[in-house]
Amino acid sequence: MAERGRTLAMGEQEAVAGTAIEAPFGRALAALGRTRPEVVGVTADLGKYTDIHPFRDAFPDRYFNVGMAEQNLIAVGAGLAKTGKIAYCTTYGVFATRRAYDFIAIACAHSRAAVKIVAGLPGLTTGYGGTHQAIEDLALAAMIPGLTVIDPCDATEIMQATAAIADVDGPVYMRLQRAQVPVVLDAQRYRFAVGKAALLRDGADVAIVATGIMTPRAIEAAGALAAAGVSAAVLHMPTIKPFDRDAVASLAARTRAVVTAENHVMRGGLASLVAEALFDAGVARRLERIGIPDQFVECGSVPHLQKKYGLTTDAIVAAAKRSLGA
Amino acid sequence: MPPVNQPLDAPPLAFLAEKAHRMRRHMLAMARRLGQGYIGQGLGIADALAALYFYELRYDPADPRWAGRDRFVLSTGHYSIALWATFAEAGIIPVDELASYGADDSRLEMSTLDTTPGVEMIGGSLGHGLGQAVGMALGLRLDGSPARVFCELSDGELQEGSTWEAAMSASHFGLDGLVALIDCNGIQADGTIVLKMEPVADKFRAFGWDTVEIDGNAMDQVVAALRGARPRNGKPKAIVLRTIPGKGVKTLETRERAHFVRVDPDEWDKLAAELETAHG
Ligand SMILES: Cc1ncc(C[n+]2csc(CCOP(=O)(O)OP(=O)(O)O)c2C)c(N)n1
Repeated sequence: MAERGRTLAMGEQEAVAGTAIEAPFGRALAALGRTRPEVVGVTADLGKYTDIHPFRDAFPDRYFNVGMAEQNLIAVGAGLAKTGKIAYCTTYGVFATRRAYDFIAIACAHSRAAVKIVAGLPGLTTGYGGTHQAIEDLALAAMIPGLTVIDPCDATEIMQATAAIADVDGPVYMRLQRAQVPVVLDAQRYRFAVGKAALLRDGADVAIVATGIMTPRAIEAAGALAAAGVSAAVLHMPTIKPFDRDAVASLAARTRAVVTAENHVMRGGLASLVAEALFDAGVARRLERIGIPDQFVECGSVPHLQKKYGLTTDAIVAAAKRSLGA
Repeated sequence: MPPVNQPLDAPPLAFLAEKAHRMRRHMLAMARRLGQGYIGQGLGIADALAALYFYELRYDPADPRWAGRDRFVLSTGHYSIALWATFAEAGIIPVDELASYGADDSRLEMSTLDTTPGVEMIGGSLGHGLGQAVGMALGLRLDGSPARVFCELSDGELQEGSTWEAAMSASHFGLDGLVALIDCNGIQADGTIVLKMEPVADKFRAFGWDTVEIDGNAMDQVVAALRGARPRNGKPKAIVLRTIPGKGVKTLETRERAHFVRVDPDEWDKLAAELETAHG
């Protein structure tokens, strides 16, 4: 019998294939802190687990740990912002959105405060079950007026986005990948811009629209599809809000079908936004969706959960073929 | 330079009482025009706001965003009637504008928005103020600013967990430039306090705050408590204000304790007369 996977301890990590960068968010924040004295870090007893320690070590007097108190994390961040600071507040996505939602909505978004919420454990990147897997955070965050929402795909993008969101006028919710984070995008060539989609690969048959950790899988899927004679484009959507609707509609208009791939429930996130963009632009295309079903997910090893719930390259390939009626 | 700057000489108690009286008069007029408005709360907190804005706070009415200002965070957005009356007396907004309280497209909303000059925080969702005040105090300290942060909160807000998250962090961070004024007026939405909160002062002491408990409608006590909160001794300060909703207007003081005090349309003249009589 094959050896079964297991739920890893918090902070443990599956082996990463290929190039990776350790703690890209914390490194980028520390670098940003050197040129931007107004940048401060706040966490709620999850500093280690959200990779903010490089910033803490570089700027101990600009780092505040409020303890396990997520409402206060966001309130304190908002208060700091009101004295001219740019407050990077870190916790897990579930606790930011579910526990502190009212504070994000009112103290940050309604108040246009420079609070940058950096949210760990997006979707099925942890085996800790429904309490820890932020599976609906993008929908919750994007629903708040004036909140910018980012789901970066790799270490390169996390580092660029960490700096870029400082210049967003108002609050941001950004998903985090921590510890060893794969490098997929070429840091020399790629340029993250808030609100802009990135066409990572062009294609004529099917448009794969992906965000977050699903983007590297979409790139792999496009490669596999090419080998099977299907020309697939990959449109990466690092910004969920404001959503680059034109990029989606114009790519879809010159392909025959659309596949969405997100590490998130399929309602209220990427798939819904793509469907809305297509409908509004009058571009009718078959839409196949890859994402987490409308349910809480159990504990387990991350590869097992991702496979079980279809967050894989193979699932994208199959969806693309289905979308073309193959 | 700001006109009010933590004076060291004897507090001008008669002047402050006169300010509080004028603010109450404004509030009655505002509530009368609207036929409602949180008049009980406003009358109750008037003395504390007068002491703050005309004795303790450093600010510039001509430039409410002056970076060196002390912050006053009104955590209870529904107390806006009191804030607008204070702002008018302080010259932050024109007195005439008070007539627009609660009107469509007015800056003087029923619940505070931070787009109105002088307002530091969007109120309305109770339990937000103290945490934001902690963040402001941290930010000002980081800047080396001597400015302090004063935060009003209500007894009902002591039931919000976020208030205690903030209280814990304030003492942990040693925010001695933070002063909380807790308006214990004994009422909340469903009537008199529905969940036992006493002993309030002991709770704050247990959370590491320098705490005093006073009659929040006695100007000499309010001023003394504010002076007592000046030392930068490593601890946040809590002033528990025991206030009477409707203070200054006999009929309202003795009316049934209610979140929305009932006033009949033909009563306003009588209430206004009572206010003037009580002030003497
Ligand atoms: C978080 C939150 N819960 C509930 C309410 C509805 N609400 C408005 S005022 C109030 C009572 C508040 O009591 P207190 O703050 O002591 O104010 P007072 O009755 O003295 O006006 C409630 C429950 C609210 N505004 N915010």
